[in-house]
Amino acid sequence: MVNRYLNRALLAGAVLSMLALAPAWAGSKILATSAATQIEGAAGGGLVPWAVIGGYGSEGEWGGAASLTRVGLPDFQLGTAAVHAGVNNRVEFSFAQQTLQVDNLASVLGSPLDGVIEQHVYGAKARLWGDLIYEPWPQISLGAQHKVNLNPAAGTVLGANSDSGTDWYLSASKLYLHALFERNVLLNGTFRYTDANETGFLGFGAEGESDPQFMVEASAGLFLNANWALGVEYRQKPDRLNLGESDWRDAFVAWFPSKRVTVVGAYTDLGKVALWDDQTGWYLSVQINN
Amino acid sequence: MRLMTSIVLVALVAACSTKPTQPTLYERLGEQDGITTIVDNLLYELGGNDTLLPFFAKTDIGRFREKLIEQLCQVSDGPCEYTGDSMAQVHAGMGLNDSHFNALVTDLVAAMDEADVATGAQNDLLSRLVPMYDEVMNPDAYLEPGTASQAP
Repeated sequence: MVNRYLNRALLAGAVLSMLALAPAWAGSKILATSAATQIEGAAGGGLVPWAVIGGYGSEGEWGGAASLTRVGLPDFQLGTAAVHAGVNNRVEFSFAQQTLQVDNLASVLGSPLDGVIEQHVYGAKARLWGDLIYEPWPQISLGAQHKVNLNPAAGTVLGANSDSGTDWYLSASKLYLHALFERNVLLNGTFRYTDANETGFLGFGAEGESDPQFMVEASAGLFLNANWALGVEYRQKPDRLNLGESDWRDAFVAWFPSKRVTVVGAYTDLGKVALWDDQTGWYLSVQINN
Repeated sequence: MRLMTSIVLVALVAACSTKPTQPTLYERLGEQDGITTIVDNLLYELGGNDTLLPFFAKTDIGRFREKLIEQLCQVSDGPCEYTGDSMAQVHAGMGLNDSHFNALVTDLVAAMDEADVATGAQNDLLSRLVPMYDEVMNPDAYLEPGTASQAP
């Protein structure tokens, strides 16, 4: 397990330093309009993927981002190392390695289960039409997240019937200039079609019920100025395993000191996760952009 | 009692009539001097912008400066009338894409920052300029054939 974390830290460190040492070139998008990285690796808020294409690349350009995210909860540690790249402000590709460390999984389930559940998320997103800022209607994007759970035992024990699945989502995002208290406001709505249990950490589908369901997700952010934003997010989740799986929510502060760096801190409420109630805690994500 | 009521009423009416009117955006940008500073800062930014500078190779900078000051003055509810060409005429044939538009917005924000324009006033001005996006990016849709300005 030590090796796994070491490998991940080395990989993330290598990617971050490559980006940080890259020539001082930045894409043309307006500061902060690259968004941050959501937990599954797509450009978005903390929990919700947005219609925004990741990176600062505008038309005729590309842009990339690498990030490390940590969510500290009473009975879990959720970590994500993610990279995504946007091309031509049209398509985005992403990869995320997620780990959910369960502090006392083996003692509860009484079986030789690994205390860490690892999941890989391969993502793609395409902007269908619209523009985040300049056109009257929102920017609309269609995305997919293919997830492979490398430690499916816990999900299987609890009734999941697959160790991989694909979420599809349709997002609409719009930045309204001079909208509230003379500040700019970002609104995002996402419909997700998913059969994941706890976003896939507890596998996919359920015995006797394998059709995916539509879930609603939403984000709202207020830009205090060009560098700071406050916001909230909501992510509805299914409850296929009949464990009382909770919807997720967070309140975040995002800091965009330059096009090179994005930092997001949040207070998250993940409710009941698997057998553990009241999973609220802190979220921190640090992102480097090329 | 009646006197009391009258006094209160008079006081209320007086309070309403002397309530300061909301400053216009033109005033918040610093009127003519402030807008001139913003435009001069913008020209300085454009001078260092390798993406945008080539588009100004044949531009009469003096005229560009004068017309832009006029335009920002009018857009911000100032006492001016923009007398330049339409956005479609000015940008026809340039082959602009979003990266150019974003670069200009970034330079304008930097110009306003340099001029100490408050965030709210910056957002207000941007929100009034953004509706021009479509005409700037798709000028042909707004032009009768053969009406593009030959000497911008």
